[in-house]
Amino acid sequence: MTYLAKPKLHHPSLAKNRVGYTRRDYEGRISTLCAGCGHDSISAAIIQACWELDIEPHRVAKLSGIGCSSKTPDYFLGNSHGFNTVHGRMPSVLTGAYLANRELIYLGVSGDGDSASIGLGQFAHVMRRGVNMTYLVENNGVYGLTKGQFSATADKGSKSKKGQTNNDAPIDLVTLALVMGATFVARGFSGDKSQLVPLIRAALAHQGAAVIDILSPCIAFNNHGGSTKSYDYVREHNEAVNRLDFFPQREEITAEYGAGEVTEVRQHDGSVVRLRKLHADYDPGDRIRAMSYVQEHAARGEVVTGLLYLDSDACDLHQQLDTVEAPLNTLGAAELCPGLAALEKINASLR
Amino acid sequence: MKPTDIGAPDYFHKVVDCQWACPAHTPVPEYIRLIAAGRYSEAYMVNWVSNVFPGILGRTCDRPCEPACRRSRVEDEAADGRERKEPVAICRLKRVAADYKQDIRPLLPQPAKEKNGRRVACIGGGPASLTVARDLAPLGYQVVIYDGDARAGGMMRTQIPKFRLPEAIIDEETGYVLGLGVDFRGGEYVNSLKNLLAEGYDAVFVGSGAPRGHDLDIPGRKAAAKYIHLGIDWLASVAFGHTTSISKRVIVLGGGNTAMDCCRSSRRLGGEDVKVIVRSGFEQMKASSWEKEDAMHEGIPILNNLVPKAFTHNSGRLTGVTFEKVRAVFDEQGRRSLIPTGEPDAHFECDEVLVAVGQDNAFPWIERDIGIEFDRWGLPKLDERTLQSTVANVFFGGDAAFGPKNIIWAVAHGHEAAVSIDRLLNGEDIAARPAPMTHLISQKMGIHAWRYDNAISADRRLRVPLRDISAALKNIRIEVELGFDPQLAFKEAQRCLNCDVQTVFTSKLCIECDACMDICPMDSISFTANGEENELRPRLRAPALNLSQDLYVSETLKTGRVMVKDEDVCLHCGLCAERCPTGAWDMQKFLLKMTYAGAGCRSAGMQPASA
Repeated sequence: MTYLAKPKLHHPSLAKNRVGYTRRDYEGRISTLCAGCGHDSISAAIIQACWELDIEPHRVAKLSGIGCSSKTPDYFLGNSHGFNTVHGRMPSVLTGAYLANRELIYLGVSGDGDSASIGLGQFAHVMRRGVNMTYLVENNGVYGLTKGQFSATADKGSKSKKGQTNNDAPIDLVTLALVMGATFVARGFSGDKSQLVPLIRAALAHQGAAVIDILSPCIAFNNHGGSTKSYDYVREHNEAVNRLDFFPQREEITAEYGAGEVTEVRQHDGSVVRLRKLHADYDPGDRIRAMSYVQEHAARGEVVTGLLYLDSDACDLHQQLDTVEAPLNTLGAAELCPGLAALEKINASLR
Repeated sequence: MKPTDIGAPDYFHKVVDCQWACPAHTPVPEYIRLIAAGRYSEAYMVNWVSNVFPGILGRTCDRPCEPACRRSRVEDEAADGRERKEPVAICRLKRVAADYKQDIRPLLPQPAKEKNGRRVACIGGGPASLTVARDLAPLGYQVVIYDGDARAGGMMRTQIPKFRLPEAIIDEETGYVLGLGVDFRGGEYVNSLKNLLAEGYDAVFVGSGAPRGHDLDIPGRKAAAKYIHLGIDWLASVAFGHTTSISKRVIVLGGGNTAMDCCRSSRRLGGEDVKVIVRSGFEQMKASSWEKEDAMHEGIPILNNLVPKAFTHNSGRLTGVTFEKVRAVFDEQGRRSLIPTGEPDAHFECDEVLVAVGQDNAFPWIERDIGIEFDRWGLPKLDERTLQSTVANVFFGGDAAFGPKNIIWAVAHGHEAAVSIDRLLNGEDIAARPAPMTHLISQKMGIHAWRYDNAISADRRLRVPLRDISAALKNIRIEVELGFDPQLAFKEAQRCLNCDVQTVFTSKLCIECDACMDICPMDSISFTANGEENELRPRLRAPALNLSQDLYVSETLKTGRVMVKDEDVCLHCGLCAERCPTGAWDMQKFLLKMTYAGAGCRSAGMQPASA
C-alpha cells in the first residue's frame, strides 16, 4: 500500500470512451492492500473492462462481503453505487438490490473465505436463482486478514507459509457454480490481464448469473514454494482452454481467424463472445463435460482457466419471476401494494 | 531491444531533463530540494560549484533547462487557455538560494597556499574567464585576468541593465572568484596577443566576448548618425553612467534579448513612446519569451515583419524610419526568406534609434601571423570539446569561441578550458578526458518513507512578484523583479518532480504481479513481448511517441516478457516502488559529478603538478 493518493496527472494520450470518461475516471481510492496483492491487479482489470465497455459509473452497483477481496470495491469505480455487506451475505443483499432495481449492472466482489466458507450457502443459492450479476471471487486460498490460515479453497497437500500441510479437501467454486446452475462460468488469473479483462467484459454483458473464479496470489501469506496459489505455481500449471475476444453489440468484428480455430457465441444482448480454442476438444457449451474436464485436470494439479461454460440462452431471475419491465423501485405505493381487494382476489384464486 | 545499460553515465543523466539541457549540467533537482528545505546556503553552493554565478544567473540566465523541464509535459492545459503547461521556475528558484543564503564565504575554496609556478592569462573579465580562474586558481595556478574595464564581469556588467541585475550582485559574485587569489588587471586592454604570449604565460584563455554590434547600413545612417546608436555600446554607456537620458520617441531595431534590454532601458531614461520593430515574425524572434513579456508589460509594443529601409532625417536631424512590409516564407529545408508583401512602405516617426540587430566577434588584437587560424566567419578554429585553438596553449571560450551565446554557455566553456589547461600543463593528452562520475543512492527510508518528498504538487507555476510598474520605470537602477519569498519559493519548489530520483529496476527480483503497471499514474510501465524499438514504442500501455526520451528495457523476465518503461512523462512519484512487493523497483538518487580541473581530471591522479 501507499500513503499517497495517486496523482491526478495522467499520460497526455489518455483517451476518453464513448460516454466521455477516461480510464482514470473509473478508479477508486488508493488501495490499502499489501504491495503486489493480486486483488489490486483484479481491480485494475475491472477498471479497464468498465472503461472499454463505455459503462457509465452510476449504472454500476458493486457489492461485497468481508475480507481483503471485499475491501477492494473501495479501490475501483469510485463513482458507482457500493454496499459493503455482512460476511458471506453479499449474495442476499445483491439479490434484493437486483429485485428492487433491475436496471443496474451488478458486480459482486467476494473472496474464498467470504464465498466458500461462511458464505457457501449464499453462493450456491445466488447461482441457482440466476441473478443477473457478475460475481468475482478473488481466490487466494488463505485468510490474509487473519494472517494466512488455510481457506476452504486451499488444495489438499499444499503448504502454508510456516510449513503446515493442508489436509482438508478443497472446495472448487467453478465446479460448484456449474453444479448450481450458473450460466457463465470462467476462471482467470490476476497475473494475466490479457485473459482476465475480456472475461470480465463478457461476464458484465451476460444476462444471468456469471461467475469468475480468479486466482489471486496473496503476496504476504501464500506466494511461497509449497503453495498452489502462488504466481509461479499458477503460471507453471495454467491450462488455458481458450482465449476470449469479446465484442459488445455495437462493435464490428474485425479480427480474422483461421477456419476451425474459433467458436462464436452470441449472447442475449447481441454481444458476441469469440473463443480461440487452445484445447481442440474443449466445448464451453457442454456443462457436464466442463465439470469433468475441470476435475480431471485438477486431479493432475493443473489449473484450468478461460471461459469454461456459457449458456447463451440464459434466463435470469426477473424472467423466471415474470416481473414487470419497470424496476420495482420506480413503482408507486399503489402499484406495489394494490390493497385489500386485490389480496382477497389472490387469496380466492388459491382456495 | 537490448536491456538498458543504466551504468552508462548518460542514461539517467538524460532523464534529468533540466540537468541534461544545462550547458554546465547543474544538478537542478538537488538544489531545488535544498531550497524547499530552507537550506539556501547549501543550494547556493551546489549552484556555485557548477555555474559560478548563481545570483547573476538566477536573474539573467537564458534557462535552457526550463523548456526541457518534464513538468511542462505532464500538466494539463485548460480548454480556456488560462492554465498552461509550464515548467518549474528553475531560474527564479536559483535566485532564491542567492537571496536567502547566509554568508557562504567560509564554504568557498581557499586561495592556494603554494603556487604551482604555472601562469595562465585570461583575456576579458567576463563569465568565461572568471570560470577558468575559479577552477584554476585554487589549484595553485597564477591566474591573471586582463580587462579593458575597471571592474570584472564583462558583458554581465556592461550589457545587462541594472533593473534586471543589480550591481551589488555582480560585485559579490565576481568578488568570490577574484578572492581566490586571482590577479585582476582592470583597465588593461590587451591590444596584442603576440606581446602577451611573449610574456611567457604557460597558457592563455581568450574570453573576450563578442564585443562588436552589427550596424545597419541603409540610407540616412551616416547623415543622422548622431541619433542612431549601436545597442550594446549604448547599454554599456548607460551601465557606466555616461548616458543618462534619451529622447521621448525611440525605435529599437532588432528582436533579440539585447533589443529587449534597450527598449526597457529607454523607458527608464525618458523614452515615452518606445517601440521595438523587428524583421521577423513574433514567434521567430530571438528574444526569450519572458523577456518579450517583460517588455510588453512595460507598455512597449513589438511590431513584426518590418524590414528597415531608410532612416529619414531633416538635414541630419532624425525624423523616423521607413520600413518595407514583408512576410516570412519557409522552404523545404526550413530556411526563411522574407518576401515583400507589396503593400506601401510604413514610416514610423522617432527621435532616436537603437540598433540591436546582432553582434560580431572581433579580434583586431590577435595578430594573424602567430599561428591562430580563423574560419571564414572570422571565428577561431577550435576543437569543440577542448576549446584549443591552432596554437596549443591558447584556448577560447564564451562568446569569443563560437559567436554570441549566453552566460551559462560561457561558464560551461570555462570549465572545459580549465580542464584542458590543467591536463596540458601536466603533460597529458587534452583530448582524453575522464567521463563524469555517477552515483546511485537508494532513497528508501521505510515502507512508505523516502528521502525525498514524493507527493506530486498540483500547483501551477507561480509568478514572481514585480515592483509596481510606475516605481520601476522611475529609476533604471531599481530592480523590477522582487524575487520569490520563502513561502512562494517552497510552493514553486514543490512543483519539481525530482527527476534525478530514478526508477531503478532489478529484473531478477520481479514476480510480474503488475502492481507497478497498475498504479503508475502516467501509464509509463508495460510488461510485454520484446521487439525492436520502433515497433515497441507504439504498442506500449501508453504509446511512447517522444523519441527524444529513452525506453528503459529490462532483461527477459520469467514469462518471457520484458518490462519497458517510457521515461518521457514519469512523475518520479515512486508509487511503482511503493507498490512493488519484492523491491524490484527502487528509487535511487542519481548524482553526476562533472569532471573539473584538478586531480580528478588527470590520468596521473593526485600527483601534484610541478613547475
